Amino acid sequence: MNGPSSIDVTVRLYRSLRLIRRVEEVVAEIYPSDKIKSPVHLSIGQEAVAVGVCDTLRADDVVSGTYRSHAAYIAKGGDLKAMFAELYGKATGCAGGKAGSMHLIDMGHNILGSSAVVGTTVPIALGYAYAIRRRGEDRVVVAYFGDGATEEGVFHESLNFAALKQLPVLFVCENNQFAIHQPLEKRWATDRLCERVETYGISAKKFADSNVESIRTHTQGAIAEMRAGGGPAFMECVTYRWREHVGPGEDYDAGYRDRTEYEAWSDKDEVARLGAALGENRRADIDAEIEQQIAEAVEFAESSPFPAIEELHTHVFAG
Amino acid sequence: MSSPAETDRVVTYVDALLEGMAQEMRLDDDVFVFGLDVDDHKGIQGSTLGLVDEFGADRVFTTPLSEDAMTGVAIGAAIAGMRPVHVHIRMDFLMLCMNQLVNMASKSHYMYDGQVTVPMVVRAMIGKSWGQGAQHSQGLHSLLMHIPGLKVVAPSNAYDAKGCLTTAIRDNNPVIFVEHRLLYYTDAYVPEESYTVPFGRARTVREGGDITIVGVSNMLVECLRAQELLSEEGISAEVIDPVSLVPLDIETITASAARTGRLLVVDNAWTNCGASAEIVAGVMERTDRPIMARRMGYAPTTCPTTPVLEDEFYPNPVTIAEKAHAMVRPHAADWRPDPERAKLAYQAQFRGPF
Ligand SMILES: Cc1ncc(C[n+]2csc(CCOP(=O)(O)OP(=O)(O)O)c2C)c(N)n1
Repeated sequence: MNGPSSIDVTVRLYRSLRLIRRVEEVVAEIYPSDKIKSPVHLSIGQEAVAVGVCDTLRADDVVSGTYRSHAAYIAKGGDLKAMFAELYGKATGCAGGKAGSMHLIDMGHNILGSSAVVGTTVPIALGYAYAIRRRGEDRVVVAYFGDGATEEGVFHESLNFAALKQLPVLFVCENNQFAIHQPLEKRWATDRLCERVETYGISAKKFADSNVESIRTHTQGAIAEMRAGGGPAFMECVTYRWREHVGPGEDYDAGYRDRTEYEAWSDKDEVARLGAALGENRRADIDAEIEQQIAEAVEFAESSPFPAIEELHTHVFAG
Repeated sequence: MSSPAETDRVVTYVDALLEGMAQEMRLDDDVFVFGLDVDDHKGIQGSTLGLVDEFGADRVFTTPLSEDAMTGVAIGAAIAGMRPVHVHIRMDFLMLCMNQLVNMASKSHYMYDGQVTVPMVVRAMIGKSWGQGAQHSQGLHSLLMHIPGLKVVAPSNAYDAKGCLTTAIRDNNPVIFVEHRLLYYTDAYVPEESYTVPFGRARTVREGGDITIVGVSNMLVECLRAQELLSEEGISAEVIDPVSLVPLDIETITASAARTGRLLVVDNAWTNCGASAEIVAGVMERTDRPIMARRMGYAPTTCPTTPVLEDEFYPNPVTIAEKAHAMVRPHAADWRPDPERAKLAYQAQFRGPF
């Protein structure tokens, strides 16, 4: 395959990782001003899962996510201005200010809406995948969800159905090891998630450290099989959420987890690692572009109008 | 919309459903039907029978017992531009779909500011008698009527069943399609060609001046029987079929009630927070005329299986007529239809669309 050179890939991965990291840091900086009218669930620390998978997707492939979806939205190419405007509750937001951070959507980039009710988007991804297969297309759907979502009944129903119908769905579990403040040990009888999934006849792979390149390489293979008519695949990407469950701050003094865990993860931060691999000049150029892009998106959100009052009543029913 | 008078073709409710379904599937390749047992030899009492032979297993398929995920599958397929019809042989099983229906299906169009539409139909059958009991008999439409973004229809006859199903499949919103099992073998004049019945338009089934009686789903048939009993007493009841509950044609009902001064709403469900409560409140809010209003529905209990108790659980032509009589003639002596006459009322055949 005449793919891009590895340095091009690294540039692309870094740009995406860094963009997500900085967007969320900026969100956290703005947050105390109350200009953002929405609870925010930041993915800082988890970027590699979004980027490693989405880098392999075509524009016409589809992703679905959760309330913690800034990363997947950006990695899939979602409109950044529309995202900031949405967080600000502005008319120019990706959902006209009706969705906020938890329901990001950009159908133009095949980003299916995200949802604040844990697990709900997983079967919807399957339905989309059913339509793809019915139409004989070779597109795929990526369904992102957290470790907590794997405890919901609908997750198991979805695995079974996807395998039964051999749907082109890549299940990606972002295992950040906590559901709000509850660690896995209080929720899972065993940590053998991939084994559980495999019993449905779905190939499953665990990534213990969410190395972006390993995730990317594996995803490429899994998706190539799906495009050729194969069924679903599953990935468990162990990662770590650096900030509090919801909100802009850190919460290592809350007592449910230890700062040393964070330090271990930040030592292997993928954003820093790829940035260093690029060399100072190239990295600085990319960083500057990203700052510019974010500044423009924030400015767009700030200067956009709020929706007209009549918007309350639009789109209750489709015509 | 074709008129029932143009045909002399009599078709049962169940065959009308099947015919409407098949016609839409022929017209639109994106229409598919799925749900537990839709492709077996019984075919949901016959309402999906044979579809798999004509349209294949990709478009007509049974599912795992996973109502929650399957509702999500319908939503996802609908967002992708298909038109799924998800069938439940009992409405009670919809309780496992509530998360997807209430949190996703109803809200996606709004929450995503029109970027997606969710054109899906959920067919749900209400059971009755033969000891259906606590969990196979519930009319739970009011739970869904409460949620903005969901449409709810409850056709009471074969003509409306076919026309409403066609309308529901072509509608760009999630539509809850309420069927009653006892209606399945009732028949009506049904045109062979495809036609639609508009949502949000009530049917005045019988005209009358003394009282307005609204019957939902199968209760419409019971109300018609009551109307016959009342007419023998010289009471003329106007009987209205709302056909669709969301959107609801409250104007037609209000106009009638304002004219007769009396409104009795009989639902195939409990009255508490139910469709009957909504209809009465909607009428009261729209008129300053004094209107006497009463409601009837399931007894405020769980549905028992033994016939002697089950009979008491449901409104029937006798209790409906008795209630209406007491409303129209509050000072007259208590009146109950002659039990022999009431039995005859049950033999009366009504051919919709009423
Ligand atoms: C069905 C449901 N139950 C409970 C909640 C409350 N809740 C919000 S986030 C969350 C934790 C989910 O954890 P996980 O799936 O691991 O995702 P993470 O937040 O870690 O990304 C819970 C329990 C919810 N939103 N939805």
